[in-house]
Amino acid sequence: MTAQATAPVLPERVGLADRVRAKSASWASVLATLGMLVVLLVGDQIAFGDFISARLISSLLLNNSFLIILAVGMTFVILTGGIDLSVGSVIAFSGLLGAQLLAHGWPAYVVIPLMVLSGTVIGIITGVMVAFFEIQPFIASLAGMFLARGLAYVVSLKSLPISDASVDWLIGTQWSIGQFSITPGVILALVVVAIAFWVLHYTRFGRTVYAVGGNQQSARLMGLASTRTVFLVYVISGTCAGLAGLVFASYTGSGNPLAGLGMELEAIAAVVIGGTVLTGGSGYVLGSLCGVLVYGLIQITITYMSVDSWWTYIVIGLLLLLFVVFQRVMGARRRRV
Amino acid sequence: MKRVLRHRLFWPIVALVVLIALNTASRPTFLSITINHGALYGSLIDILRNSAQLMLVAIGMTLVIATRGIDLSVGAVLAVSGAVALTIISDAPDPSSVSTVMVAIAIALIVTLVLGVWNGFLVSVVGIQPIIATLVLMFAGRGIAMLITKGQITTINSAPYRQIAGGYLFGLPIAFYISVAVIVIVALVVRRTALGMLIESVGINPEASRLAGVRARGILWGVYAVSGLLAGGAGILYSSNIMAADANNAGLNIELDAILAVVIGGTSLAGGKFLLSGTVVGVFVLQTLTSTITFLGIPPAVTPVFKAVVVIAVCLLQSRKVREWIFTRRKRTKAQDAVPATTELAVTR
Repeated sequence: MTAQATAPVLPERVGLADRVRAKSASWASVLATLGMLVVLLVGDQIAFGDFISARLISSLLLNNSFLIILAVGMTFVILTGGIDLSVGSVIAFSGLLGAQLLAHGWPAYVVIPLMVLSGTVIGIITGVMVAFFEIQPFIASLAGMFLARGLAYVVSLKSLPISDASVDWLIGTQWSIGQFSITPGVILALVVVAIAFWVLHYTRFGRTVYAVGGNQQSARLMGLASTRTVFLVYVISGTCAGLAGLVFASYTGSGNPLAGLGMELEAIAAVVIGGTVLTGGSGYVLGSLCGVLVYGLIQITITYMSVDSWWTYIVIGLLLLLFVVFQRVMGARRRRV
Repeated sequence: MKRVLRHRLFWPIVALVVLIALNTASRPTFLSITINHGALYGSLIDILRNSAQLMLVAIGMTLVIATRGIDLSVGAVLAVSGAVALTIISDAPDPSSVSTVMVAIAIALIVTLVLGVWNGFLVSVVGIQPIIATLVLMFAGRGIAMLITKGQITTINSAPYRQIAGGYLFGLPIAFYISVAVIVIVALVVRRTALGMLIESVGINPEASRLAGVRARGILWGVYAVSGLLAGGAGILYSSNIMAADANNAGLNIELDAILAVVIGGTSLAGGKFLLSGTVVGVFVLQTLTSTITFLGIPPAVTPVFKAVVVIAVCLLQSRKVREWIFTRRKRTKAQDAVPATTELAVTR
């Protein structure tokens, strides 16, 4: 298990070949996911004919926009070696809170920030427990999960429709370039990915996230603000979940206390398929984007094959297994380099 | 008094007592037990009966957590177990015969044992982290259960099968006997032999225990197999209770409740020392909490908020930071040496 956690142990004289190999090893998982994406697309194209189209890409992005946002937040958390189970429930809480407030006549420019902030609050609670009280992330975010789901029911016991122009606008508006169409919700998701990429790779905070995930003790001894970083990743994940709740509410046109049930697992699965190692310290947010797309594409493929939808679960389970074993093998090889 | 206060079961039992007191205050009939046709009825009996499923799963989970692992797949395994048993019974020519029911239960338990062995294989032989190894089956298991029931909710009509969850024996629910039997067997095997200590040693340091001659691989494999088997038993209880196999909703979130019960009972998720008695108390706390909410007229859907409060409170009480803070305050007032406090912490962690 420690194999994945340790950074590549390089010999004293680092040759160019070794360096390339070490670098490629950490990218290999992402490349494998990308390969999987291509294989799925080509395979579907051959099997069904006329599969790859601008419409397919648009609907793939549209139907998974909220999952992309969730996966981005989850990537931050998993990179530090943590986990956030609360995100699925936050989707329900945020969506329902928005629906209820809008129904009471609150203006959208107040409600929309509140929806996002509701996720931030849950993230802060989880983050305080994990970072300052050193409670295991699994249990702390479990508390966040229960809290958010329960609060959703406190807001309303049944689902509420949303008929607000600015919330509808997120998914309802379509800008088309030929066959390819894109909605503000999808653009929002892609912007979130871009910001996350920038933060993780070009800021001090991002490097600290990787350092903490590699080894929190070392990161602290190096003088990095590890406690603050761990706290912040949960706030980021919560905020992303709040945002995803907004997009999901717009996507379904309602707030539902049962929304996002099990979606935290889909997000975790997408992040793992995207090549991020669950022990932390290694992975890329672009990989998570690929992971979500693979997930979505499998769902579409299963619909196309007109077999029953529960095969999705089995295929995702097998795919998870494949990737975890792959990471394990890569981890073992990296140790030997 | 100090020893009582420091006992690891002190806070869980306080929580249980407070919950029962709260119930009795709001509804004095809570504690009363009536005898009807030779069987005992009452809220407490209901709690005993309804807690059986969670009890089985949580006992298995305790052993897994003691090895520093976690088993997320129990809910899905529970669903598979119900699906297998009910499909066999509904396809049998005579659903009401005892032998059919016995065969169905046996096959369902064997299937879940195999699923547990699969988890154990991934964790102990392939060396995948438990959380992700069992996540695989958590996903795939529900798919398998739906495959078995062909995506429908299989319902049956079988008197012997209904007895498992609904029947009474010597005035007490049969489900209660099942959970007591499981607790006693597991406790005897684990605590009257060296096995419990070996499990703890694997949880504290797998590498060191391997070097000390403990067959860590076999023990890891074993605890996941047992967890799968017990989840299978819980699946039988669940499906017998509603007389239907619901692949989507059977055992939904039971893995979280089970983990919660274990943590409330004072077993740390970091592995090592485990407390079966704590888990038993934890399960009763959760089940009483659920009943309390129903009695108080709060919509059951809001239950998660109360669970969240319990999780946060228990975690904070067990957290090193809070304990240190309490102990250092006590130290300052009494000016005692720091040794007892630190050894206590080392043990509880």
